[in-house]
Amino acid sequence: MSDILSHENLQIIWFFLWGLLWSIYFVLDGFDIGLGTLLPLVAADDDERRMVYNAAGPFWDGNEVWLITAGGVTFAAFPKAYAVMFSALYAPLLILLFALIFRAVSFEFRNKIDSRGWRKAWDTCHFFGNFLPALLLGVAFANLFKGIPIDGRGIYLGSILSLLNLYGIAGGVFFVIVFAFHGALWLAIRAEGALHDKARKTASMLWPALLVMTLLFLALTWVYTPLYNNYFKTPALLTVPFLAVTVLLAQPFCLKKGRLVSAFTASAVFIVGVTLFGVFGMFPALVPSSISAAASITVASAASSQVTLTIMLVVALICVPVVIAYQAWVYSLLSFKIIPEYLASEEAY
Amino acid sequence: MDVIVLSRLQFAVAVFFHFIFVPLTLGLSVFLAVVETLYVRTGNEQYERMARFWGKLFLLNFTLGVVTGITLEFQFGTNWSRYSEYVGDIFGSLLAIEATLAFFLESTFIAVWHFGRGRISKKLSLFSIWAVAFAGNLSALWIILANGWMQHPVGHEIVGNRAVIAGFREGFLKVVSNGFAWTMYCHTLLGAWLLSGFFLMGISAWHLARGNEKDFFGKSFRLASPFTLIAAVLLLVQGHINGVVVAKHQPAKFAAMESHWETSAAVPMYLFVWPDQENRRNAFELLPIPGLVSLLAFGDIGIEVKGLNEIAPMDFAEFQAKTNYDPQKPVAILPDGSPLIRPLTPENAMPPVLLTFLSFRLMVGLGFFFILLSTLACIYREKIAEKPWLARLLIWNIPLPYIALMAGWAVAEAGRQPWLVYKLMTTSQGISSVPASSVGISLLAFILVYGFLGAVDIYLLRKFAIQGPAGGAGENAQRTFSANF
Repeated sequence: MSDILSHENLQIIWFFLWGLLWSIYFVLDGFDIGLGTLLPLVAADDDERRMVYNAAGPFWDGNEVWLITAGGVTFAAFPKAYAVMFSALYAPLLILLFALIFRAVSFEFRNKIDSRGWRKAWDTCHFFGNFLPALLLGVAFANLFKGIPIDGRGIYLGSILSLLNLYGIAGGVFFVIVFAFHGALWLAIRAEGALHDKARKTASMLWPALLVMTLLFLALTWVYTPLYNNYFKTPALLTVPFLAVTVLLAQPFCLKKGRLVSAFTASAVFIVGVTLFGVFGMFPALVPSSISAAASITVASAASSQVTLTIMLVVALICVPVVIAYQAWVYSLLSFKIIPEYLASEEAY
Repeated sequence: MDVIVLSRLQFAVAVFFHFIFVPLTLGLSVFLAVVETLYVRTGNEQYERMARFWGKLFLLNFTLGVVTGITLEFQFGTNWSRYSEYVGDIFGSLLAIEATLAFFLESTFIAVWHFGRGRISKKLSLFSIWAVAFAGNLSALWIILANGWMQHPVGHEIVGNRAVIAGFREGFLKVVSNGFAWTMYCHTLLGAWLLSGFFLMGISAWHLARGNEKDFFGKSFRLASPFTLIAAVLLLVQGHINGVVVAKHQPAKFAAMESHWETSAAVPMYLFVWPDQENRRNAFELLPIPGLVSLLAFGDIGIEVKGLNEIAPMDFAEFQAKTNYDPQKPVAILPDGSPLIRPLTPENAMPPVLLTFLSFRLMVGLGFFFILLSTLACIYREKIAEKPWLARLLIWNIPLPYIALMAGWAVAEAGRQPWLVYKLMTTSQGISSVPASSVGISLLAFILVYGFLGAVDIYLLRKFAIQGPAGGAGENAQRTFSANF
């Protein structure tokens, strides 16, 4: 037992869990983000806009806790990575957090005052509050894959503009499309009538763009990042990106047959696959430096003590499955079809 | 202003704003759980209406608490990266446990309770709201265990440049059973419940004075008033224990709270006193109550209490011995390559006395006022409508517990200075190497965004508080009317 839980093994386990937590966050909050991004495109009138809000309705808050957990786990398991990553990405991270604040309050505030201008203002906030996080998460993760200009002391030497390189922007656009597609599928599952049809159509229209962007991103990753090195070393890992591309290719079949739950599940698998593809490629670095390999923050240099990693592992192994179980139950309980009558109820957004 | 001052201001704005919403969440969730229980037990629909009306205010408040909490969590990494690296092993794990153990539960079950209306059984609804109340109060425990560790670090060892947990039994268990933190937790919880009680009574009194929904607001008031009185009295007793614990473990903070400069025996409490930090003495001292400070600190009116002028050099010497402190070593190298040097000296190793002292006096003064007011409220709980002066007082009182709680945190945090981790790390040493200009811009953004959202939220809370419960008088009656016909 003590061999299995050696400090080195714990670091690897936590690196994997770290990637997994981010991918769960992307899967869950991804559809909320996608819904908000699609809001101005799919919803024609106030009822349809409210349906879009209510499709995320009971879930966005619980989904956002996965972000808090991913952040908390970075802090607990890899304090130095947490310190360097978030101070280096100072501006984009704060913009992301402010955007998420506006996203959250737009749910709560929008329907509280009966005024067109009021609702329109919060709709705008809702769009940017979802679109910006999608974009910024993409830019941030792409830059992490590529490496960011940090020196040996962990000090960030670039500016916010140095993150907006070609690969970073491609990552941002990629994430926006991934989440929009994911959100469209969720909307199709939950909405009825004209909005349901529009959501399905949107998903079908987004799919080719998603496919092109996926292949482009994988190609750019080859050009701009060292991510594939790990895959040459351990070819078995290639199953992860391979699985992601396979489920993506299966999407038109699901969409055509109207198997929306399958399509949504495939989209979730795709998101996990893409995230883990990047994370596995980064190993053992958590924050790779583009200045010198020696300045990279690695799993070993960032990890907490063996005791903390062990305690946290026990906590995670007990709590996370329980959380997943009750969240899954809540999803099954509250994923009802959003019909126009629901909007008249007091608890609807 | 340098990056340290700006980052401290930003953290203060972020944490104070967050804490506007947290205490009401803690207390109101318990109240909602109690009325839901009464609903299930008695079947009286009035309790269900109460849960829905107060629940609406709860949700408006809760959302802002959630989102401002997320920015707070990431603040440690963005602005206090040296601190994060130093304490992540202990502090970080407490935050992570808070999220997995408590926050998921709270955020998930509040959705079940709110959106499950009409879809789930009464019993499940009851379970959900108790889960929310339990999780919220549990969440506060983990956060305060983390803060309590900064105040009174235990169970750690210094390895290289990091504070690392000293094993499971000797480390983790000590961190989670840290008496200092548990005392803070009790104090915070009682304060939060008191605030929530006054919130409930204030809004109920407003309606009762106008004759609206007598049964509804009468019931709310009668439930809240003894609850608040108990919290207010317990706060006095427990607050004293808190003071004793601070006097023992953080003598500098205690001395700053009392503006006590020179070590002496039988220390009196002056009713009127004004600290003069520059000259390390009081500008004036009037109306002494003999031996009271000694009595409060150590239970004996004759005992010696150390003054700031003796404690500061002692704390500094302890810090230097523990950490090999070199005052000339830069606390950070800024991105432009310039070193940031903020030496601590034996003389200035003390908290800002005026702020700590005034905040403490304000909190204690308000605390006594709350006992008086909640006693009156309890006595006249059946006759609020006939006592317009009391109703008015309770309405105008709503902001005061907020001020008292903020003052309490100002004592805890300003009184902790100059340490970030008590006698292990100075606040300056925790800073990130980010340009002051970035922090200046983000601080401005915080002030503008939070100011705006706070204003909107308070406006909406007021609007719905005044509107009253659904299916009642006014606008709602009309809605029900048109829905029925």
